Amino acid sequence: MENKTSERELSGAKELRNKYDVIVIGAGHNGLVTAGYLAKAGHRVLVLEKREMVGGAAVTEEFFPGYKYSSLASGASALSPAVITDLNLHQHGLEILPTDPLIFSPQPDGSHLTIWHDVTRTADEIAKYSQADAAAYPQFIKVLRSYSQIMAVLNNIPPPDLPDVRWGDMISLLKFVKPVRNLGWEYVAQVIRVLPMPISDLLNEWFESNVVKGTIAASSVSNISWGPQETGTAFALFYNCSVSSNNLFKFSGRVKGGMGALTKSLANAAKSFGAEIMTNSEVAEIVMESGHAIGIKLTNGDLITAAAVVSAVDMRTTFLKFIDPYFLDQKIVKHIQNIKYRGTMARVHYALDELPSFTAAGADVQQLISGTVQIAPTMSYLQKAYDPVKYGRYSKRPYLDIQIPTLTDSTLAPEGKHCMSVTVKYIPFHLHEGDWDEMRGVIRQLVTDTISEYAPDFESCVQDCKVITPLDIEDVYNLPEGNPVHGDMTLDQILWMRPIPGYAQYRTPVHNLYLCSAATHPGGGVTGINGKNSSREILKGLK
Amino acid sequence: MTKNYDAIIIGGGHNGLTAAAYLAKAGRKVIVLEQRHVLGGAAVTEEIFPGFKYTVYSYVISLLPPRIIRDLELPKHGLHLMPLEGAFTPMEDGNYIASYADEDDTIDEIRRHSRRDADIFPLYSNLMYDLARAVRPILTMVPPDLRRPGMDGLRTIRDLGKHVQTLGKEKFHWLTKIMTMSAHDFLREWFETDVLIATQASIGIVGTMLGPKSPGTAYVLLHYFLGELDGALSSWGWQRGGTGGVSEAIASAARSYGAEIRCNAPVVQVIVQNGQAVGVALENGDEIYGKTVVSACDPKVTFRKLVDEKDLPSELVQAIDNFKYRGSSGKVNLALDGLPDFPAMKDKALMRAMQEICPSTDYLEQAYDDAKYDDFSKRPFMGCIIPSTVDPSMAPPGKHVMSIFVQYACYDMPSHGDRDQQRDAFGNAVIDTLAEFAPNIKDLILHKQVLTPWDIEQELGITEGNISHGELMLDQLFFMRPTPGWAKYRTPIRNYYQCGSGTHPGGGITGTPGRLAAMEIIKDGK
Amino acid sequence: MKQTPFHPRTSELCELYNWSLWSNWLLVDMYAPDHTHEYFAVRTACAVFDISMIPKYHIHGPDALGLLNRIVTQDVSRCAVGRVLYTPWCDDEGKIIDDGLLAHLDEGSFRLTTGDPMLYWLEDNAVRLDVSIDDVTESLAGLALQGPFSRDLLKQLSGEEIEKLAYFDITKTKIAGIPVEVSRTGYTGDLGYEIWVQPQHAVQLWDMLFEAGEAYRLIPFGDFALEMTRIEAGLLLTDVDFNSSMKVVHEFQKSSPLELGLGWAVKLDKEFFVGQEALKQEKARGPAWATVGLEVDLNSLEAIFAEFDMPLYLPPEAWSEAVPIYSHGEQIGKATSGTWSPILKKSIAIARLKPQYAKPGTVVDMEVTIDAQRKQAKATVVKLPFYDPPRKKSMGSH
Repeated sequence: MENKTSERELSGAKELRNKYDVIVIGAGHNGLVTAGYLAKAGHRVLVLEKREMVGGAAVTEEFFPGYKYSSLASGASALSPAVITDLNLHQHGLEILPTDPLIFSPQPDGSHLTIWHDVTRTADEIAKYSQADAAAYPQFIKVLRSYSQIMAVLNNIPPPDLPDVRWGDMISLLKFVKPVRNLGWEYVAQVIRVLPMPISDLLNEWFESNVVKGTIAASSVSNISWGPQETGTAFALFYNCSVSSNNLFKFSGRVKGGMGALTKSLANAAKSFGAEIMTNSEVAEIVMESGHAIGIKLTNGDLITAAAVVSAVDMRTTFLKFIDPYFLDQKIVKHIQNIKYRGTMARVHYALDELPSFTAAGADVQQLISGTVQIAPTMSYLQKAYDPVKYGRYSKRPYLDIQIPTLTDSTLAPEGKHCMSVTVKYIPFHLHEGDWDEMRGVIRQLVTDTISEYAPDFESCVQDCKVITPLDIEDVYNLPEGNPVHGDMTLDQILWMRPIPGYAQYRTPVHNLYLCSAATHPGGGVTGINGKNSSREILKGLK
Repeated sequence: MTKNYDAIIIGGGHNGLTAAAYLAKAGRKVIVLEQRHVLGGAAVTEEIFPGFKYTVYSYVISLLPPRIIRDLELPKHGLHLMPLEGAFTPMEDGNYIASYADEDDTIDEIRRHSRRDADIFPLYSNLMYDLARAVRPILTMVPPDLRRPGMDGLRTIRDLGKHVQTLGKEKFHWLTKIMTMSAHDFLREWFETDVLIATQASIGIVGTMLGPKSPGTAYVLLHYFLGELDGALSSWGWQRGGTGGVSEAIASAARSYGAEIRCNAPVVQVIVQNGQAVGVALENGDEIYGKTVVSACDPKVTFRKLVDEKDLPSELVQAIDNFKYRGSSGKVNLALDGLPDFPAMKDKALMRAMQEICPSTDYLEQAYDDAKYDDFSKRPFMGCIIPSTVDPSMAPPGKHVMSIFVQYACYDMPSHGDRDQQRDAFGNAVIDTLAEFAPNIKDLILHKQVLTPWDIEQELGITEGNISHGELMLDQLFFMRPTPGWAKYRTPIRNYYQCGSGTHPGGGITGTPGRLAAMEIIKDGK
Repeated sequence: MKQTPFHPRTSELCELYNWSLWSNWLLVDMYAPDHTHEYFAVRTACAVFDISMIPKYHIHGPDALGLLNRIVTQDVSRCAVGRVLYTPWCDDEGKIIDDGLLAHLDEGSFRLTTGDPMLYWLEDNAVRLDVSIDDVTESLAGLALQGPFSRDLLKQLSGEEIEKLAYFDITKTKIAGIPVEVSRTGYTGDLGYEIWVQPQHAVQLWDMLFEAGEAYRLIPFGDFALEMTRIEAGLLLTDVDFNSSMKVVHEFQKSSPLELGLGWAVKLDKEFFVGQEALKQEKARGPAWATVGLEVDLNSLEAIFAEFDMPLYLPPEAWSEAVPIYSHGEQIGKATSGTWSPILKKSIAIARLKPQYAKPGTVVDMEVTIDAQRKQAKATVVKLPFYDPPRKKSMGSH
């Protein structure tokens, strides 16, 4: 009840009434996409960002002088081509640099598996480990793609608020006819069977080599806090494929200038359509009047009103911080409290004097490590990396996704030097023991040691290092519990259950308050789909 | 060629017997062929050690539907079920938590641990009761074939849709959650007391190779809650004279309707002529012919052992090979010189309850983590019952039998040596762990029978020793059990049917797969 | 099974060993054969009922008022220190969860008594509020002292101050030196008080009351007598006259306070409370049910008995299994509990009817079964309560 605004309180602060149609809270990629679409449709849009820069989790930051990093998010192939076209992003500075291979997965025995964009080439690689798997791989990718086509349709419609089905939902169903017919009706049952499976079981059905299984399985846990043996991780793999323009299970490609350049282009696009963006503007409160959102109040006391407020931040912040939960139904409060965030990821950024030599890569090193170097040799390695998290402990042998963006974009570091960004799993937000200051050092050493196992000269290449802990992800990037997708993409938190049951269609219990963040359907990744879907629903509401 | 039957049923477990009884009651000429010397499959009682009756493979009964009890007049045939008095869980700090037949007593016991949890417990039971009611119609229907639905299937799907609509929003959302969440996460939304969560979550892991924090286990919890709703008892219970008595009662019912039942009659093959099952070949060389053949065995035996691969479509062969068993539970049966002493047990009436070794959620999860890489749990989850505390016929005067359900143990645990060494090491882990909570147990043991999943497979022929004939996981339920397209108790071979726990609705002593299969056979006019 | 702090005394006096369980607490149904004299003690002298088992929550802190105002339908800000408020509370859909008494003990300090344990609901609603919620169910014993002479007895033990205690007031005082809290409340619809005491003083308090009480013919009364008096007083009972929305299986088993005749305790103009929106809508369209009193036409009932060649028989205990109410052969509602009222010499019932039949004076048909044969007796709709003596609220003497 403490931050309810009354007219009296507001007397020294500025008031902006009726200047905007829509206020978007948070200038992450989804907030900017929503702003872009709404501005393009002719609405007066204001985007408010707490940090000094736009981008949210998709930002480029110069951690060491001359070295620029994609702080959290990476993987340009997730961005929806429709969003790129609709918002003319290429005109606004977006340049996507392709990377190939997709994955370079070095093994402890010095061998390596490389996943290329080209399926046949990959199959040839796989043959090193198993002829049968090499034969199965193209078929696997075919199935992956055909199932993902169905999911891609699903991604682009608001999921029905089951068990209620509206007319609009029935019309959306028609969109499935074509992909289902392509797939064949008899495979629908297979899709239903496969999606809730653990990825480990699914891969066991297809492949025999532990290396092949481990290499593919790792991609399924990117938006989820679990290990590959958990039910629902297969869904995550298909999800990746359904949103990624490379039609594969892992994102690839880089944005020239880092991920921050992507969100900058989004911001420029939105501005070109007339949207305003204010950074360093922290929202304190969504102002309500008899159950309707009428605007926001900033921490400096300014009040800005609008016909609609759109939250591009997570649910807990929106409903338990910006809104006084005192005025919400108890059921809603409970649903929001029950959202599982549970971040398990850290990021480590290195400044390198020179490229480390990955033993397994041999002479082709520059080419092989230009995509993602993945340290997840087998499925049981991955699962064992996850096990400790259940008890609030970190992986002693972590799963790493390593990228050296300077191999494709030399502007990111001083000449001849390199940036390396590592996604580390699993580091639980809820630590059983120890504190984060101590953990920062632990994570640094852990990652350095792990990489050194595969690139023995690694430590000597390192000039500087920055660790972003799950707590930093919460504190600096405003992602509660360090979860970059605003809530685990587990089976109970997707589709009509995302972000909370009953409100899957971007609307909320508060009139005129909408959602567009990764907390909404279809979920995480720098896809822009959430923002695009949301803007469509908002436009209906603004009519 | 011997006599011609209407139906030949392979396997005299409770599902085979139930199918036989329903078919015989409908006027069919039925024969049941059981490979072992006793009937009951996994639900048998045997006197392994003189004077002591062991319920060898299973332990408690919860799911036998009243419908089957009524239809087959089982009490007349010797069914004599008694409720368990509750459960007792000693904790590592010397405290304990118990549950009782009376819910108010349970609530007061919970209040000792948390007032909040005590207040909320009746709401939780209510919801579980509600959700069980919501899924019951699904569990007692023949699943549709989503691949080729046909008019019948479309009607089923429409009915399902209608049924779901009647649940209302809130229940539907809870149902979505319980189908997909881990038991631990689901229970955390309700309770704060860890040991309470552990005791509830332990139900969610029964018969699976999953831990309480693995998604999918909340559904298993619900599956067993059905017993509380629909079972003959309001809670878990036991059969006088051991669980085998349930099978014997069903067998007796089947016989009373004219079914013929033969033990020591292992079937080696289903005889298929022109894509049509016409009979079975026994190990002793006999051949028995009939209009239909019904397998009560698990899917792997049904499709990969009893019939030839060439008679099956390749995708079915592949699907069955992918069917997940992962037997994860073992059994230890003890003949005891007296009652074990649990120092944490203040109320000795709890000797008549189930003693559960699941002191915390981390304990359970660790037990799972220990075992999941081809091992057994160093400190396993155990459910112990001492039937002789209520049924004097189970053991000589003053003595007791203790039946311990143990999880987890893998099918193969090569790091412990050969099969005998594996069994010994596993048995020792069980007794050592039990002794942590009941120190005098080692002095009381007169005889010990240890069964790993492998032993269960050897004895009963169930693949990987999973007494549920395959894991209860989301992708192996309903129209996907055992595999999409073949979940309606039929097979690609004409006149060859399946009725084991590997079909919908799955494991537990339910008899429902047997009943539903019999109904389908009758519907086919066979 | 739990015993209240008064158990050493109640168990001694319960000659009949006639106990039942209430939330697993042992509760006396009747102390001696024929509970009617316990009933008459409440209506003519004074009697005590052990209310220790009632769930009680101490809610205090800066946001205590805020929390309570979010939860209950009454406006708590209008309840001054030293006052008690009767209030229901609802879920998001405006369906009743429970009802109880809310005592404003001190600035920012309240005690809520409830029918069902309610700690989780209080806690769940306290998101971001600065408030402490203590379950004091077992740390406070209670006695309901009810009846026309209860004031005289209390006055003798704790002084003239008691005279000033108005209906629904609460005060701290001493009874024969024992610190207690006394409120002028009860569940009998008569002049009466509820006395809260530390459990360690419970037996002593009992003894003091009974020592002085002899002059006023004080006796203990059990649940059977309480049931009769509360029905006469038109007071609803959870699980009998309505179901908690948290515990029912079907939607239709839920009720709203408006349907229960508790509209006077629902302050829709408050800023916010859980269920407000739904109740506003319900009020606008009119509740689906009305709760009323029914007086059975004993002549018509007698005639039915006569058909069987039997004399009219009215059982002395209250009943609480719902019976159907008809009008012209169509079911229009149900009676949820009823009793023979010895003081009114009437057979009365609390009923929930379709609103068009709720006007006082409407004649309806109530199902009665005689020897397992269904019959219908006439009954007339009346306003609740059935029995409301002026002494209940008055400041003077009886």
